[in-house]
Amino acid sequence: MSDVPGDLRYSKSHEWVRVNDDGTVTTGITDHAQGLLGDLVFVELPEVDHEVEAEEACAVVESVKAASDVYAPIAGTVVEVNEELNDAPEAVNQDPYGAGWLMRLQPSSVEDVERLMSPDEYQEYIESE
Amino acid sequence: MGNRTPLYESHKAMGARLVDFAGWEMPIHYGSQIEEHHAVRRDAGMFDVSHMTVVDLHGGRTREFLRYLLANNVDKLQDAGKALYSCLLNEQGHVLDDLIVYFLTEDNFRLVVNSATREKDLAWIGRHAAAYDVQVVEQPQLAMIAVQGPRARDKALSLFNAAQRQRIEPLGLFYGAEVDDWFVARTGYTGEDGFEIMLPDVEAAAFWQALADADVRPCGLGARDTLRLEAGMNLYGTDMDETVSPLVSGLGWTVGWEPADRDFIGRKALEAEREAGPAQKFVGLVLEGRGVLRGHQKVIGGSGEGETTSGTFSPTLGRAIALARVPADIGERCQVEVRGKLLDARVVRPPFVRHGKAQIELDAG
Repeated sequence: MSDVPGDLRYSKSHEWVRVNDDGTVTTGITDHAQGLLGDLVFVELPEVDHEVEAEEACAVVESVKAASDVYAPIAGTVVEVNEELNDAPEAVNQDPYGAGWLMRLQPSSVEDVERLMSPDEYQEYIESE
Repeated sequence: MGNRTPLYESHKAMGARLVDFAGWEMPIHYGSQIEEHHAVRRDAGMFDVSHMTVVDLHGGRTREFLRYLLANNVDKLQDAGKALYSCLLNEQGHVLDDLIVYFLTEDNFRLVVNSATREKDLAWIGRHAAAYDVQVVEQPQLAMIAVQGPRARDKALSLFNAAQRQRIEPLGLFYGAEVDDWFVARTGYTGEDGFEIMLPDVEAAAFWQALADADVRPCGLGARDTLRLEAGMNLYGTDMDETVSPLVSGLGWTVGWEPADRDFIGRKALEAEREAGPAQKFVGLVLEGRGVLRGHQKVIGGSGEGETTSGTFSPTLGRAIALARVPADIGERCQVEVRGKLLDARVVRPPFVRHGKAQIELDAG
């Protein structure tokens, strides 16, 4: 059973979004997604200051099995990426909502977050997939 | 629903993630592919390979038939139980499949071929066998379990009785023996020591459980692929197929050229290719920096371009590795195109890993 924390929002492509106190948002891939991918061995992250559109492929996570795109859940500017993952991509498997975060965005519009799925909606979504 | 091996319920009970593989529902991993990989390099792991096709050939002219059918020379098999790896070629000298042939008796040789090519192989073998009065009998009632790793033999041997152990323990590399109605061979596809065990399907689940109780870790096809790639062993369908010869697939060593008067299917075409000098060669690649190599990525090196045939992240080396078919004049370095970027790679001679140890320098130059 995949972990779906109650305080996050979710995209259909299995990214999670956390709204921080400073108005930025942190994103990563969900527990469900990391389970499907298997052991991650490489993460390619965007450059800081890169502007992303919603649903733009902006990062890549690679497991022993395959490479998979990560999509920006909302539009915004990349303000920080998780450099720790260069040496420890397995953090995404071990702690997808914590140490395994991928990037922090300054959203173009914070209301965009509201359009993403709630935890209940996402839970239902992955069960129906 | 795909075909299921006799171990299907065992896999589910052990938490396998099942995927379709050549029409079979097979475990890809039981939680962590990387941990399964390390278990085989460091201790012992087991694989369900019951989907593979076992074919027995019967008849007084079986050896003569195989001399003609296979690119490798079955006359290398003189001791009962000895195994030989060979390509099955078409008249163009291209690879129909790769297989293991075991010499049991003069009127019974056993082949193990790939499941993805089962129908094609059976048709091809059957078509040519008729002229030699050789009977081709598939053995679908046999399950097959590979037990691999530095401690695999000891752990597996502990499950046999004294009389059986006397048959199995002395087996040399690439030898097998019939043990009651089982067949135990010291072969594998991981670069580690171990056994491949063929046994009646009804006995498979109990033996699998006994191995698990002896601390042999269940491993999926995912780990099997990273292990064979590290060991520099080809996978049919990606590293070679019906469009290429063994000479450009790193399999020239498996062609039995001698004696020169042995006629085998594909010989003329192979001789012509050898004469002309193959335009490509088959090498190993190690990525210098971060990233992961995959099959069928463009390789730029030597006087032109080639491609990776399979690639992965090597858990043992902590680096991306690949097998690749490249221009024959490639130097020590090349570049691989990964998602539009050219990444530096070093050309090496496989295997990358054998018996748990790196076989290549990771930071040469």
